[in-house]
Amino acid sequence: MTLLVAKVGACLIAAFLAIFWALMAADSAFAIQMGIVAAAALIAAWAMARTADYRAMSGLAPPAGPGTGYDDNLIRFGVIATMFWGLAGFLAGLYIALQLAFPALNLGLEYTTFGRLRPLHTSAVIFAFGGNALIATSFWVVQRTCRARLAFPSLARFVFWGYQLFIVLAATGYLLGITEGKEYAEPEWYVDIWLTIVWVSYLAVYLGTIVRRREPHIYVANWFYLGFILTVAMLHLVNNLSLPVSIFGSKSYAAFAGVQDALTQWWYGHNAVGFFLTAGFLGMMYYFVPKQAEKPVYSYRLSIVHFWSLIFLYIWAGPHHLQYTALPDWAQTLGMVFSIMLWMPSWGGMINGLMTLSGAWDKIRTDPIIRMMVLALAFYGMSTFEGPMMSIKTVNALSHYTDWTIGHVHSGALGWNGMITFACVYFMVPRLWGRSRLYSQRMVNWHFWLATLGIVLYASAMWVAGIMQGLMWREYGADGYLVYAFSDVVAAMKPYYLIRATGGGLYLLGALIMAWNMFQTIRGKLRDEAPMSDAPYDPALDKPLQPVAAA
Amino acid sequence: MIDRPEDATTTPSTGHEWDGIRELDTPLPRWWLWVFYATIVFAAGYCVVYPAIPLLNSATRGTSGWTSRGQLATDMAAAEATRAKVTAALATTPIEQVDPKSPLMAAAIEGGRAAFRVHCVQCHGSGAAGSVGYPNLNDDDWLWGGNLATIHRTILHGVRQPGDAETRASLMPAFGRDGILNPAQISDVVSYIRLISQQDGPSAAASRGQVLFAENCSACHGAEGKGSREFGAPNLTDKIWLYGGDRDALTATVTTARAGVMPAWGQRLDAATINMLAAYVHSLGGGEQ
Repeated sequence: MTLLVAKVGACLIAAFLAIFWALMAADSAFAIQMGIVAAAALIAAWAMARTADYRAMSGLAPPAGPGTGYDDNLIRFGVIATMFWGLAGFLAGLYIALQLAFPALNLGLEYTTFGRLRPLHTSAVIFAFGGNALIATSFWVVQRTCRARLAFPSLARFVFWGYQLFIVLAATGYLLGITEGKEYAEPEWYVDIWLTIVWVSYLAVYLGTIVRRREPHIYVANWFYLGFILTVAMLHLVNNLSLPVSIFGSKSYAAFAGVQDALTQWWYGHNAVGFFLTAGFLGMMYYFVPKQAEKPVYSYRLSIVHFWSLIFLYIWAGPHHLQYTALPDWAQTLGMVFSIMLWMPSWGGMINGLMTLSGAWDKIRTDPIIRMMVLALAFYGMSTFEGPMMSIKTVNALSHYTDWTIGHVHSGALGWNGMITFACVYFMVPRLWGRSRLYSQRMVNWHFWLATLGIVLYASAMWVAGIMQGLMWREYGADGYLVYAFSDVVAAMKPYYLIRATGGGLYLLGALIMAWNMFQTIRGKLRDEAPMSDAPYDPALDKPLQPVAAA
Repeated sequence: MIDRPEDATTTPSTGHEWDGIRELDTPLPRWWLWVFYATIVFAAGYCVVYPAIPLLNSATRGTSGWTSRGQLATDMAAAEATRAKVTAALATTPIEQVDPKSPLMAAAIEGGRAAFRVHCVQCHGSGAAGSVGYPNLNDDDWLWGGNLATIHRTILHGVRQPGDAETRASLMPAFGRDGILNPAQISDVVSYIRLISQQDGPSAAASRGQVLFAENCSACHGAEGKGSREFGAPNLTDKIWLYGGDRDALTATVTTARAGVMPAWGQRLDAATINMLAAYVHSLGGGEQ
């Protein structure tokens, strides 16, 4: 009871403080953000007071013992949040893709300009969709591979809901025009502090669960998850070092300036890709691929070597984002060579994933979830080859600042992160809600093909557009003058922007089908449909022909 | 299910099992390992050739001597070398003295086309067709003159560029805002302008406007409204309008006046480029002798 009073009291004090901050706010956007914080604190207080077990507290009933199963309630919320933010992020992406083709869609409102919606899209897909997928799957994986329940269940709840508050604050902040101006790290100082608290709690829950494990060894997926949690904490802290103009205002200034700031930002930005979108998702891959394929992991040794080489090499590769800039040449060189050495360590994960399927390749035909995993690994391999290639000075001179980069990022994000997340969610949903199977396998198949077609349209359009853009920018005529104006290049991009938006639309459509499939599965429905197996077996035909009896 | 030979792997597992997952102890794929080594060797070699290792006050320069600034300088010098003959000639020769049929003029026009794409398209459009407030440069309607020398001066000194003594400057009074004409009078003047630009027929309002025009406008726009290049005053009798020829646009123009600005490009571009731009604009179709 005392604990409950303390927790609810803390929420009410937080709400009071947030209202005080809102009243003192130096800018109206900050006041709105603090209003959101106050509302969140009040909702948390109400939820805790409402769901508490008062009978147990007053001694009227024996306290409920620890459940027999795993701590899965949060994961249920987690997969729903993943799906919800995924749809929001894909929709925002489609909208800004259309804005590039039809600038009128900026609507002449500050809130809906490309500049504000673009971070909304990137944060929604990376941190809201990807982040929730990582939190949900990591809680699933760590419990099952450690054979233990989550270490600090209330702290785990705080991690999940605190992370949602971070997302809401970040998203509304972008629309209100609050930004640190750092790509993928746009939220301002107070949101950064909040995320730090949430993230340290996440680390505590995760490490605590590993410490409580009933298995003698730590499974490889947990190394990757732990590498992701630890490194993201470090990246977040260093890149967001800044001084607020006022503790009652949203604006802050970075601790670094000029090229140091740029390098810090891309050390962060590149490793957000490396540890959030690669290491964390490899953790997902290392659990769910062998589970779905029902095959042992291909190589333990490869997993050790590629884990440590990936962790060691990735952290140095950031400067390749700053080729041909004010960054000293030596740092550019190191960024490039570390990226090239990163090629094989990245591919180690792809090899381990794909080779785990050896002996189960037929499942690609019959199991659309395996098919998604294979496609995810294929795109992972493709974009981790493309990345080192694009870091090479000469290639970068062509590709930098063009839409080739956008194509590269999306073949990784849509192909690898998106597809592996979909596969993991499809794996978990029937098990989380105790259903015998998904509502529909065939809808998974539709999702697979729509998403694949979408990615192919997206990536190929951006490759062509990017290379065209790079070549047009640098083309000199025989007389020694640039051939194209910037506006000529913009005009030439339009058809590719339309193809890209079509690809994004197909990807969103696939995700909508998934949301319906998930919703029906949760409701306990099973779609009446023919199985996906392509080799039907008819026992009536499976017998030798009888000779015709003589008449 | 058929039992396939590859299912019966002889590779030992590590002996642990997590939630039903086992791990095989397959050795590292040879090709994987060798490619990894190869990238490390490449990286080491690259660091010898290119600037790579930071020292206390500087960094290793690399055996190639490559620098990104050096590469830029080389590329720029190569581009400049291809155009050197033309730029050298145009840097000293006034554009109006270049033979219009000479290869030098042709080269100047091409150079101007490139410079126009960088500096001018933002306002005048990529086809130089202009837009509201920004003149179309393809036609033969010139505010400040359309031969090579006058175009050159307009580009060099700009229009209403503060701080440039030779800039093209004129100021049409804001007849409405400054209370010189009342709204009814402005309406009459507009009717007259629409009459002389052959958009509307004669009317009583236009007749009243004619008187007002003669008193207030003809000093710059001429008695017949055909404009004057001395003041950059547009010809009002043609169908070419900088800010629009409908009643609303004309009323706004007479009421608050217009005073567009073009930068004095002489402050930003070299003499050869200004000459090239003049040649290019002159070549667009409306150039005068």
